[in-house]
Amino acid sequence: MRQALPNLISVYPELLMAVGAMVLLLAGVIRKTPSIDRLSRLSVLLLLGTLLVLWLLFFRLEGRVVTFNGLFVMDAFGLFMKTLVLFGSIAAILISGPYLKEKQISNYEYPILIVLATLGMMMMISANDFMSLYLGLELQSLCLYVLAAINRDRQRSSEAGLKYFVLGALSSGLLLYGISLIYGFAGSTSFDALALAFADGAPTGVVVGIVFVVAGLAFKISAVPFHMWTPDVYEGAPTPVAAFFAAAPKVAAMALVLRVLFGSFPELDEVWRQIIVLLSVLSMTLGAFVAIVQTNIKRLMAYSSIGHIGYALIGVAAGTEMGVQGVLIYMAIYMTMTLGAFVCILNMRSRDGMSEQISDLAGLSERDPMMALALAILMFSLAGIPLLAGFFGKLYVFLAAVNAGLYTLAVFGVVTSVVAAYYYVRIVKIMYFDKPVVTFERPESKSLSMVLTITAAVNSPLSFILIGPLVQWAAVAAGALVP
Amino acid sequence: MIAALAFYMFAGLAIFAGLMVVVSRNPVHSVLFLILAFFNAAGLFVLLGAEFLAMILIIVYVGAVAVLFLFVVMMLDIDFSELRQGFQQYLPLGGLVGMIVLGELLLVLASGLGRPEMVRIPGSGAVRIAQDVENTAAMGQVLFTDYIYLFQAAGMILLVSMIGAIVLAHRTRPGVKKQIIADQVARTPAESIELIKVETGKGVKM
Repeated sequence: MRQALPNLISVYPELLMAVGAMVLLLAGVIRKTPSIDRLSRLSVLLLLGTLLVLWLLFFRLEGRVVTFNGLFVMDAFGLFMKTLVLFGSIAAILISGPYLKEKQISNYEYPILIVLATLGMMMMISANDFMSLYLGLELQSLCLYVLAAINRDRQRSSEAGLKYFVLGALSSGLLLYGISLIYGFAGSTSFDALALAFADGAPTGVVVGIVFVVAGLAFKISAVPFHMWTPDVYEGAPTPVAAFFAAAPKVAAMALVLRVLFGSFPELDEVWRQIIVLLSVLSMTLGAFVAIVQTNIKRLMAYSSIGHIGYALIGVAAGTEMGVQGVLIYMAIYMTMTLGAFVCILNMRSRDGMSEQISDLAGLSERDPMMALALAILMFSLAGIPLLAGFFGKLYVFLAAVNAGLYTLAVFGVVTSVVAAYYYVRIVKIMYFDKPVVTFERPESKSLSMVLTITAAVNSPLSFILIGPLVQWAAVAAGALVP
Repeated sequence: MIAALAFYMFAGLAIFAGLMVVVSRNPVHSVLFLILAFFNAAGLFVLLGAEFLAMILIIVYVGAVAVLFLFVVMMLDIDFSELRQGFQQYLPLGGLVGMIVLGELLLVLASGLGRPEMVRIPGSGAVRIAQDVENTAAMGQVLFTDYIYLFQAAGMILLVSMIGAIVLAHRTRPGVKKQIIADQVARTPAESIELIKVETGKGVKM
């Protein structure tokens, strides 16, 4: 007997966002001269409202709720990841204003595309079937392609959008091919059914399918060797868009990796661990060594994000509940660090326009001590210096790897983070010990300073207070994913 | 017997047309062969009893996508010989990767041949539909019930692609002269006629 309506309560946040985005779009179309500022504010309100609904809802739901014929799942893991993604998107909209004004990008669709991309990410996080996974992923990716090219009069931006689009299409092709192989062998695309089907081993075809699926997802989290697009897209795309790319979509794609590997192939961990270990080692190495020679700070952040994905993958490779917990903590901290660093890049505005050169940061400690302090905290945190938040992120993934017996991987992670510390600390050195050349005039924006203050504060030694609750919450979320 | 003959005809033509898409020098011919390949694939779908997919393939792919392709290929002035220049250079590496993947897939096929019933899923999620329902009707039965979530998600994706196309391609051009009849009708003598006293030997500025 078929129910008249599926359980709609668990998709209220998504419904609210979808309807809200369409209402905002209509508002933009109807007004003759839509103001991007007002729509941005409304979008932030919409995202905050979604966050509220998400949390209210979660207190009503008990445990794991599967709805829409097994296509959609809502659990503690989803709550954690969706909260992160929503915060990332809110921050991305908040920090965009001054840049858009400066570059005269007046497309009012900008905040709406971010909202729609966030909707796609929430659908990805809640996917319980390869079909819903794919549709969520495409919804998110399509928005991101357009956002990368939104400054269409600038050649670099169009190039970034096109490059992202072509490589994204390629990765979708790989993903779909893998899914079709798995479906061919299992007769189902549902994660629950797959977990049952492959409870005791899988034929070779499924292994090949898993390899293709992981390759497709590795494109989205930009793990080496599927990282080629990252530096070019980050450099070419408008800076706030790059900040958005480095934060929310990475978190959502990582959630997808966890859902697919732990949700549908929990018993095949011996199979996928090898791939994840390889991706992790390559990402950490490339992230650490190639970033050293960068002169453009956006490219540096791109390589830095590749390296950080490598560290997060250590936790995935561990294949345990503790490993998942480590990944969740890592992604939460990574998001604050990277958003803060990008706000600093947005603040690098001199009289000749926006600057992206690392050398222009010289002597920042004299010209703008507060921003220098914030950037120094963030850089130390990115490097993983003890006492700062970044250290805890690394600590938990390394701990999980050691407990799972992956000693070599953990040692490798420690060594590459020492190498990576060089270029983070070099930026601090440039700010504090070099002679100033350029004077920055920070754009007048409360929201920029607010995001910078919050991210710097949570990464400062204050993180001692926050890390306790975060670890507990991540443990609950990881417990929901790994039975 | 007739079904088998039809299958081999459609399959053979589809492979031939697919090959010609890649091989033919003239891009317009490539697109035309692509259309032929679509028609043959549609024929194969009909043989499988999936008449809905066959019709969709013809209406959407042949009717819209391929024709659009044809227009784009004919309108754009692309030097295709230039596009192919790197081909020789990348052939060895690309060929090698292709051969490796092909080898792996053959291995998969070989490993699966002996055991046709690979995995049996208890209570699999696949939808059960009565035998006597045609597949167009069957699709209608599940599309708006079991798979409504996917249907709506696909709708959102289409919306985003529309927004994207408008954001990236639509331009408001300033200074374009258009006839706006309402404005013309609403003109009054007071605002369109001006009396100027012309001084001798000086002229006027308009």
